Amino acid sequence: MSIVGAKVIRKEDPNLLTGRGQFVDDIQLTGTTHMAFVRSTEAHALIKGIDVSAALECDGVIGAWTAADLELPPLPGVPGLERPALAIDKVRFVGEAVAVVVAENKYAAADGTELVIVDYEPLGAVTSIEEATAENAPLLYEELGSNTVAEVPTEDDHQAIFDAATHTETIKLVNNRCTAAPIETNACLADYGPAGLTVWASFQAPHHLRNRISAWLAIPQDQCRVITPDVGGGFGQKINFTPEFFVAPVLSKILNRPVKYSQTRSEAMTSMYHGRAQEQEVSVAFDNDGKIQALKVFASQDMGGYADGTGMGMPVLTTAMSAGCYVIPNVSIAWRNVLTNTTPIAAYRGAGRPEATYLIERAIDHIAYKLDMDPTEVRRRNYIPKDSFPYPTHSELAVYDSGNFEGALDELLNIMDYQSLREEQAANRENPEKPLLGIGFSSWLEIAGFGPPGSLEGFGHLGSWESVQIRIQPDGSAIIYTGASPHGQGTVTTFAQIASEYLGIDYEKISVRHGDTATIPQGIGTMGSRQVAVGGEGVKNASLKIVENAKSIAAHKLEANPEDIEVADGSLFVKGTPSKNLTWAEVATFSFQRLELPEDMDPGSLDTTILQEVPNFSFPSGAYACVIEVDRQTGDARIRDMYLVDDCGTVINPLLAEGQVHGGVAQGIAQALYEEFTYDENGQPTTATFIDYLMPGAPDLPSYISGRINTPNPNNSLGAKGIGESGSVGTPPAVMNAVVDAVRHLGVTHIDMPATPQKLWEILQGGSK
Amino acid sequence: MSYPISININGNTYDKSVDPRTLLVHFIREECGLTGTHIGCDTSNCGACTVILDGNAVKSCTVLAVQANNHKITTVEGLANDDGSFTPVQEGFRQEHGLQCGYCTPGMLMAATALLDEIPNPSEQEIRENLEGNLCRCTGYEMIVRSVQWAAQNPDGIPVQIGENS
Repeated sequence: MSIVGAKVIRKEDPNLLTGRGQFVDDIQLTGTTHMAFVRSTEAHALIKGIDVSAALECDGVIGAWTAADLELPPLPGVPGLERPALAIDKVRFVGEAVAVVVAENKYAAADGTELVIVDYEPLGAVTSIEEATAENAPLLYEELGSNTVAEVPTEDDHQAIFDAATHTETIKLVNNRCTAAPIETNACLADYGPAGLTVWASFQAPHHLRNRISAWLAIPQDQCRVITPDVGGGFGQKINFTPEFFVAPVLSKILNRPVKYSQTRSEAMTSMYHGRAQEQEVSVAFDNDGKIQALKVFASQDMGGYADGTGMGMPVLTTAMSAGCYVIPNVSIAWRNVLTNTTPIAAYRGAGRPEATYLIERAIDHIAYKLDMDPTEVRRRNYIPKDSFPYPTHSELAVYDSGNFEGALDELLNIMDYQSLREEQAANRENPEKPLLGIGFSSWLEIAGFGPPGSLEGFGHLGSWESVQIRIQPDGSAIIYTGASPHGQGTVTTFAQIASEYLGIDYEKISVRHGDTATIPQGIGTMGSRQVAVGGEGVKNASLKIVENAKSIAAHKLEANPEDIEVADGSLFVKGTPSKNLTWAEVATFSFQRLELPEDMDPGSLDTTILQEVPNFSFPSGAYACVIEVDRQTGDARIRDMYLVDDCGTVINPLLAEGQVHGGVAQGIAQALYEEFTYDENGQPTTATFIDYLMPGAPDLPSYISGRINTPNPNNSLGAKGIGESGSVGTPPAVMNAVVDAVRHLGVTHIDMPATPQKLWEILQGGSK
Repeated sequence: MSYPISININGNTYDKSVDPRTLLVHFIREECGLTGTHIGCDTSNCGACTVILDGNAVKSCTVLAVQANNHKITTVEGLANDDGSFTPVQEGFRQEHGLQCGYCTPGMLMAATALLDEIPNPSEQEIRENLEGNLCRCTGYEMIVRSVQWAAQNPDGIPVQIGENS
């Protein structure tokens, strides 16, 4: 039986289940000092002075520094809009690092920060796109003359089509600001010694960080090592260049001691980059049959206090994917990026695609409302047919690879009893004792498997490939080194499965190493649902290359032709004569011994490095349905069932794939029902702890009912598309379509996320629609 | 100012002097070097720091080390059996993919262990409600629920050596 596609339990687990995992804060180096930041309490203010003298008197404090003391270059960022490592003259959001204290222990470091006095002269704060774009709005950068840092107008607004259309609908949507909030906050440990710098970091892309730190500090890359040990979740939030990763090495060099930083949750909530925070105006033109004739999208991206390169790209991805899985002959897109006095925005699981899926899937339901048509029927009438791939869209970025959107919907309706649910919904509406039932759908499609050459370079990465090195050891076991940098995805397991399949080496004898720039050839990292579709393909290709060399060695020793050698069950044998065989261990040993090798082969041939490229993005898709119950008295919306049909092409490990879907769906539900990062009018965060930012717990979330279809990715030989972000892309519109459906009979067509009990209660009281 | 305290953790006695404000979780991690117990928030919401104190699951970020003086604590490092084999809860999490990044896992394991001590055969609802104080951002909880159910259904577990790779 093939091990690719098998439910294999993880190699990662035993350490993590016994307290033997090693996260950054777990690492204890001799002489370690502890770093803490003084963070801005103002959203927008001039810094008139900083006094660190009292901190320096504090027991245990070693030093305290401001931007003026350290004279640091700005952090890597958007040219002309780079943020300072420590605020210079001005702060632009609450939580921005203003000064830094190092002490002998964490408690003394925290004490020291309390004693630093910062004299602020508050400026007016803008906390929303509307405020930031108003006339005479306070400006984050006076010299720019505007808070809008990028604006791309539409090339053609297709107004004539809208004017002539039988029906048009325009909706305004808010994709609520969320924070990814991995349970491990940002952490780093920098050790700058005579032999160079080592930084342990909770990060998703160690080489990316290494390259930037070494350039920033002007030290050669060979003397700059970044290690990402066990990383406690990332979700896109750990690929950002926040100040700690740069300031800690500087202070380690000054103090000639290791400097450790482990962020508090309250700090993480305001200083780790947020996600979403996009507002959209969406118009559709359609006929009486529900066929869409044109779509117009204007996306306004809240950038927060500093423009991050990835954050700048969010509306690019949103507008590229706005047409979803539908044939829409005319698509008009426009977008802008706007600075506000809030935490900066970058990628959060899905990164631009949840925003796209939300807008088109909400628009589809609006068509259904207008025509009084079943929402599944509107979808069916507009799907891209499954024989139309590759399918070019309005965007050069998105040429859909393959898909079967109607097949996914069919499978979805196969695993749920839609008719009964509609009957129950109607009956419940007549019975005041019963909760209101809502059923919502989402046919979603995302862009993943980042990506073709040039795609990640656009976000500041060295390349868009992923590295895989496979080294066969003399005993016939294999070690895979990869630039993929997993933090929960189970890549150690999936890569070992793929290698076992194509090397013919026992899964138990394959290890996967990652997260160390000193031992991994080069690497890009884990983001954009790329590990299996890019790195996994590299594991396969490296395995095949090694097997080719192993066959040559075996053929030489067995006096056969290489093409007659087969590999199975841990040995290499002559086709048809299994008794003429060598074990993998024997071949591996010979591979290092000159006298055992064919003349044209050098020792060490069972060691291969590949920088795997892919020709296109991948496009995972699927169909989700949400069944929700709304309490008539309290407005509390509870998900009764989530039906999930994913199409990620080839699945390497169904257990792990299911885990990825569940986690993404949970975050999607969280965005739709619970989570929103908010500010008051002065830019003070009002949800900066886990007390008031409602991350769901076990009682808040349902169990899931899953189905699957498989449309292989034609652009890699594994056929895999990626699955890490699907759940967070597909879920919010399914939930919100269900919420609106539950109160649709009251004339409601729109509710903004999150659908809190308060919003629903007001609707149920007849207060608003 | 420092206070002498004596805390038994996983069968070993730690006699140390601590600043009275030292949180138990920092004592466990920094003073005793038992870094399996994690910290995920500063408001007692996430439960990553959950340990078992005198038989009860407690959040060690909400207990002062001096309050634990002369008490008995079990952390994730003390969970496995003496021969290195997993407890049913550990094995359940492994069999049912109840962890991804593994950061919340030690707290989840301790909370689940305390739950099964009290309710050997909990319903799904009881599992969800009893784990309410432990946040996980990776799994969406269903596989954690299944893991606890696995442990309840397999009270003898499967003996597996620590460090084995499958």
